[in-house]
Parts: sequence; structure tokens; C-alpha cells
Amino acid sequence: MLNSISNMGVRGWVIAMVLAALALLPAFAAYTDNSFYLDVGTRLVILAMAAVSLNLILGNGGMISLGHAGFVGIGSYAVGIPAYHGVQDGLIHFPLAIAAAALFALITGAICLRTKGVNFIMITMAFSQMAFFGFVSIEEYGGDDGLVIEMRSQFGDWIDLENNVTLFYLSFLSLLAVIYLVHRIVNSRFGMVIAGAKGNERRMQSIGFNTYRYQLVGYVIAGTICGYAGALLGNFTSFIAPEMMDWSRSGEMIFMVVLGGSGTLFGPVLGAAAFLLLEEYLSPLLDFFLYEGAGIYWHFSFGIILILVVLFAKGGISGLLDRLEEFRLRRKRGSDE
Amino acid sequence: MNKLILEVSDLCKSYGGVVAINRVNLDIRQGEIHAVIGPNGAGKTTLISQLAGEQMPDSGRIEFQGQDITYLPPHARALRGVARSFQITSIVHDLPVIENVLLSVLAMAGHSFRFWKPARTDQDLLEPAMEALRRVSLDARAYDISRYLSHGEHRQLEIAMALAANPELLLLDEPMAGMGTEESTLMVEILSSLKGEKSMLLIEHDMDVVFALADRITVLVNGATIATGAPEEIKNNDDVRKAYLGDEDI
Repeated sequence: MLNSISNMGVRGWVIAMVLAALALLPAFAAYTDNSFYLDVGTRLVILAMAAVSLNLILGNGGMISLGHAGFVGIGSYAVGIPAYHGVQDGLIHFPLAIAAAALFALITGAICLRTKGVNFIMITMAFSQMAFFGFVSIEEYGGDDGLVIEMRSQFGDWIDLENNVTLFYLSFLSLLAVIYLVHRIVNSRFGMVIAGAKGNERRMQSIGFNTYRYQLVGYVIAGTICGYAGALLGNFTSFIAPEMMDWSRSGEMIFMVVLGGSGTLFGPVLGAAAFLLLEEYLSPLLDFFLYEGAGIYWHFSFGIILILVVLFAKGGISGLLDRLEEFRLRRKRGSDE
Repeated sequence: MNKLILEVSDLCKSYGGVVAINRVNLDIRQGEIHAVIGPNGAGKTTLISQLAGEQMPDSGRIEFQGQDITYLPPHARALRGVARSFQITSIVHDLPVIENVLLSVLAMAGHSFRFWKPARTDQDLLEPAMEALRRVSLDARAYDISRYLSHGEHRQLEIAMALAANPELLLLDEPMAGMGTEESTLMVEILSSLKGEKSMLLIEHDMDVVFALADRITVLVNGATIATGAPEEIKNNDDVRKAYLGDEDI
């Protein structure tokens, strides 16, 4: 046990600290009497879950989907639409979100995966934009103005999602469960097959794999997890709009994965955390360090940071931490001699 | 006479107006090494692609173990026992050597829609994978990332991946391509050790290798087979000398 702790490395420590900070966040928010922290934390945890699901197909399977936010939207509307009609039962909302996302993934994935490369990216985007415009056109559910969810999903007496702390912990535990699930999948026979197809699809076919079917199942698993995350997000924001499934949202999710380190287990969590923190704090930081009013242009600096990470930090934050670890070991070895 | 494992009849394939393969007839006997030789552009790789199912022929028929496989996709042929190696090394570079071979074992171990149990430590998969690596003398490098292997070792890995699928028929597309003498000798040894056990179709440019290994040789020129026979017959065949070997001294 002690041995495994000392073998955790820099990356392991950072991940442990991020998870510990998240676990203690509600206590911190209560202590400072500032619910803002809890809000950011809940959003972070839910988006991290969506990013982990995207990473399963993008990082491990090499399927670059620019339509993953579509599943978030579908999950959210699976809460919003029944709620609009007076159905508040969480045991209907969540299974509905999961089933709807799985079905959407199955149908669109079956078509998207007929294509490769740029075409795959474009067609996944096209499908999520179809969902986007589909919801924009439905006046009944607010069109592009969106839909307010008056009451969060009800689970009888045993879970009260109206309590923000409960919602946070449900989301946090879900994130941990999803990470464990993805960890098992990635290391299973199935995970090896989609990783092989990412590296060399032609060879995988020639040794006997129908790669299409494996990729489709991977796509459905990822979409389903993301739909579940969407249902949590709908509960959290209490307001849903087609904008949630816009392709730029999907782009942000890809960025979280790349920023954190695609193909690594916890990378998307680190990426989502870094992304949200930059989004929240870049603007005041610019105001403080440059000049008052510079914060308005935070998107510009944000873009520069994104470019720098892609150019220079191979493997994203995870890769950066691993290089730090190598550096530390080399210095340690040097001082031992 | 040995029974036939593969029978190709009147196979044709053209790209646009260019005829790549023109009424090719070929058969491979159980356990033999059957070499296909011919000048560049004769259609050798096109032929192997048709046999592996990566491209569908325009007409003709391919029978494997008495069954028509002419229009089966690649993975379906692999499952029946046809394995190929590629002229240009085709492996998953980011994975360790053993995992490349593991994937081949996995492909033959029923469906892989298993999502829970770790695959990399599964002895049922590891043992046959290691065995295939031993057959090609690559077991010492099992846990190195494939990218860092030498060219010769990549070629050995190609063969190991084909072998791990425990195929009846190996389609070898220039297994010695780009190899030095030493590496080439090792590869000849590896292939000799498989002789009789596996049936092989071998495409190779190096005539020394061909005459050392092959039981029979088929000569392909401009997409058509002009002769088939034992190495001695091919050496002394006038058509072959004229069309292909030319002035080359063999």
C-alpha cells in the first residue's frame, strides 16, 4: 500500500488532489457560504463525465466525433420534456435519457461509421446539428428560447435532488463510476479491438475483425453515458435550450479531452477542470494583470492557450505531468549518485 | 497428389481501362509453398488483395477448402483460415509487440464483445501469442513498443500476427522486402520451419529465396499466368525465360 502510494507519480498525485478537492467542495462551499463554488463544481463534474465518454471513442477508438454535445442535449430534454408535461419521476427521466441517447447513437453511428476521417467528423456534426435545429423548431418546448425545468427529477423520499449538495454528490459518484466503467472497457477484449482499429483498421480487418460493429458498439456506449450526463446537467441548470447541443459545444468537449490528455483515464477530468477554471477566471485575471477591461477579450487569450497546448504540450496536461515526473526522477537519480 | 486448399479460376480485375489481373488460374496444394513471381506491375499484389478479400474481382472464382469465398469480406476469410502478411509492414505501431499478436489470437477466439475482464493478462490469449512470437524468434521483444523494432523485426512480427490466427493458408506478400542478408536468412529459416505445416502463397522478388523455399512456382506476367510448375521446370521454361527472366543469369 505504502509502496503503491510512493509509486503514484506526479500525475497520480495531481489526480488524487483534484478528486479530493471535489469530494470536499460542498464542505468548502458551506464554510465560505458561497454556493458559487458548488455550482462550478457540479458543472465540472458533469462535463467531465461527458468528456470521459467522448474520450472512450476519441482517445481510445480514434473516432473524432464533433457531435457529442447532441447526446448531452438529448439527455437534458429527456428530463425537460416529461417535466413540462407534469411527469416528475426520476425513474422515468433517467432511463428515458439513457434509452433516447442510445437509440440516437445507434441510428446516427450506424451511418457515420460508414465514413472515415474528415467525413466522419462532418457527418457526426451534421447529425447533432439536425437535433439542434429539430429542437429549435419545436415551439411547444420553447424553440430556441429553451425550456425551464420547474422541478428537478423526483426520487421519492430517498434522494432529494432539489438539495444542491445531494445533486453534486450524485454527479460526483456517477463520474467515479463512469471512470471505473471506462477503465474496465478500455482494458477488456472489446477495448483492445477498438484501440487496434484506431491504430490500423485495415490490419484489424485482415486478421478477422468486423471493425465496424465494434466501433458502433463503442459509439453507442459513449453516447449513452453522455446522455446520462445530459440528464444530470438538465437537472442542474434547470433550464435547457437547443444551444446545449450546438456543434461549438461538441468542439469544447473535444478540447477538454485534448487539453487533459486524450486516451488517458483521468485526462478528460483534468481537461474539464482546466477548461472551466480558465472560463471562469481568465477574465478577472486579465483585468488584474493587464488593464481594467482587458477581461472582455478573454476569448482571445483562451484561444492562444489552446494553440500553445496543442503545439507544445503533447499529451495535454497528463503528458505534461508525466514529463515533470521524468524530470523529477532524473534529478533524484542525479542526487543519489 | 495432395488435395487442393485453394483454387482460383479465371480471376479478372481491372481498374478503369487498365487490366491488372487477366484470367488468372492458380491452385495451392495442402502444405506446399507456392511462389508467385513476375516482374514489377505483373499484378502480384493485386492478386493477393483479391485472395485476402480487400478488393473484389470483376469476375472469376476463388474456392478455399472447397467453399466459394470469391465475394467474402476480409474478416470473414480470416475467420475461415486465410491469413495475410503485408508487403509494407502493417501493424499497430503504438502497441507493444505482444499486443499486436494478442489481437490476432483474439480475432479467432470468438466474438470480443466482452467488456469487463482485463484482456492483457488473460493467459488463454497470452500463451498462444507468446508461442507465435517464439516461432518467429521475437519472444525476447514481446513487451517493447512495436514502433521501436527494426525493419527485420517488423517483418517477423508480420508473420507472427499471421501465425497467431492459426491459419490454414498464409498469404505472404514479399516477406523479405527491404531486408539485409542476415535478416533475410533468418526469415527463410522461419518459413522453412513452417513448411508442410501451413500452406503458403509466397510473393517474392529474390530468386534465391524463391528457389530455396518453393515447392511450385507460378509466373505472372502482365496480369496473366504464363507457367506453373516445379522450380526446375520453371527455370528451364522458354516462355518464362523470354518474358520474365530475360538475360538474368539463374
